[in-house]
Amino acid sequence: MQKLVYERPYIKKLTAGVMNKFGSRSGGKPFEYIDNVPVKSLIASYGSPLFVLSEKQIRRNYRAAYRAFSTRYPKVQFAWSYKTNYLNAVCSIFHQEASWAEVVSGFEYRKALGNGVPGNKIIFNGPGKTADELLLAIENDSLIHIDHLEELNQLIILAEGKANKPRVGIRVNMDTGIYPIWDRFGFNYESGDAWAAILKVINSGRLQLAGLHCHIGTYVQVTGAYGIAAAKMASLALRCKAELQHSIAYLDMGGGFPSTNTLKGSYLPGTDTIPTIDDFAEEITGTLTKAGFANDELPLLILESGRILIDDAGYLLGTVIANKRLSEGKRATIVDFGVNVLFTSFWYEHQISPAQEFAPNMENMVVYGPLCMNIDVIRESINLPLLNPGDNVVVHKVGAYNMTQWMQFITLRPAVVLIDEQQQVHLIKAKETLDYIERDEHVPGHLK
Amino acid sequence: MKLKKNIATSENGFIFNPATGDSFSGNAMASEILLAMKNGDTEAQIKQQLLQKYEVSATQLNRDWEDWIVQLKEANLLEAAIYDSK
Repeated sequence: MQKLVYERPYIKKLTAGVMNKFGSRSGGKPFEYIDNVPVKSLIASYGSPLFVLSEKQIRRNYRAAYRAFSTRYPKVQFAWSYKTNYLNAVCSIFHQEASWAEVVSGFEYRKALGNGVPGNKIIFNGPGKTADELLLAIENDSLIHIDHLEELNQLIILAEGKANKPRVGIRVNMDTGIYPIWDRFGFNYESGDAWAAILKVINSGRLQLAGLHCHIGTYVQVTGAYGIAAAKMASLALRCKAELQHSIAYLDMGGGFPSTNTLKGSYLPGTDTIPTIDDFAEEITGTLTKAGFANDELPLLILESGRILIDDAGYLLGTVIANKRLSEGKRATIVDFGVNVLFTSFWYEHQISPAQEFAPNMENMVVYGPLCMNIDVIRESINLPLLNPGDNVVVHKVGAYNMTQWMQFITLRPAVVLIDEQQQVHLIKAKETLDYIERDEHVPGHLK
Repeated sequence: MKLKKNIATSENGFIFNPATGDSFSGNAMASEILLAMKNGDTEAQIKQQLLQKYEVSATQLNRDWEDWIVQLKEANLLEAAIYDSK
């Protein structure tokens, strides 16, 4: 006699309460393939946990974003935000799509040079540039965005005697109606500090004020804030033209557009609440085109988007280690990836899907990582089917920041693979090894 | 390990505890086991029946059984203080 399919016995308390307006989730499907490549085969080949990036999705995101802006404004340039994901393969995809590089440290700057980005297509941001790094950027004719007066003064000194004036931009911070105001970077608009910095650059005679830069926040969910920012940036540029007879070549509106991940504490899922890239583009370009620039003097619009271009192209594959019940009866599942590699689980309610067929019953559970640390919680509360040790799961939308902010802590960092547009899988970063971690360690002789 | 006497169960997985007013829904496996428990079958007998009937290893079944007992205990459906006995 053929045996029947087994399912773990399971009971669930029925609670009479208010109706759930979203209805019950029914018939969820396992997530078995990424770009037609089986999840199980990826784990079999490269181990678990494993980061997977979809080249197809990265290019699709970039092209959608470029189209959103370029169909509304005549001069648009994207610069890939290195800190979002600076794996060389990822950067190279964006550079192939004609994206410049936006870097915030000497390390990232050299990475961009190594990726073949011409110096004059590198935007150097950030508050921590050293004299050596500034000199390198000056020699390469990069765009240096000045963060504070110390840096401005240093640049004036470094520029002395240079045949070509260094091209600089002023980073401007401002009140756009969102909280917190990122006033720790750059010069304030409302207080007049930004205008004073502009005057100082122009009056120095040694620097070439090429553009103005702002970056109003991160995961900004209201398009109106960008409209206010664009209006203030345009007014500064127009004032430069009117009072100093100096044309601003570009306005860099930074990034900060959200992906469709769900922020912790959100009532509704991100997919329902986040404006699209077209909404942001409409707000920014609409404001700039109406700001009062002469038709032939519209500045180049630069965007430094990171997260929105790559978050949904990244997946983290993992394996269930164990199940347990907590003291109050709640189920807990332990998986083999922790917050040290999935940094964004601190602020997102990441969607997690089983990678194999599952029984229809869902149970509310906590998902813990493997670290022996109380903070290692991937999801505090998620409805998932009953998973067994050895089952695989897929965490969605992890492409931004995790592969740069990940930490070697307790466990080693996993490999990263890229699925190209022909569905071929490429290892773009190997799994970390003990040798690699200990390579630069030294034990003094008396301790050996 | 014994169900409270007054617990009402139905074949399609509905469970009612008249003492507390709590009700539960269970999957097919849960109702089958509850029925057997109500009939007074021992843990060993129930496991034996399940192993014969379903595609499951003894290891998996033992593991799930432990979780099952925790669920019943948490739901307050077991006779007090005897849920550890065989």
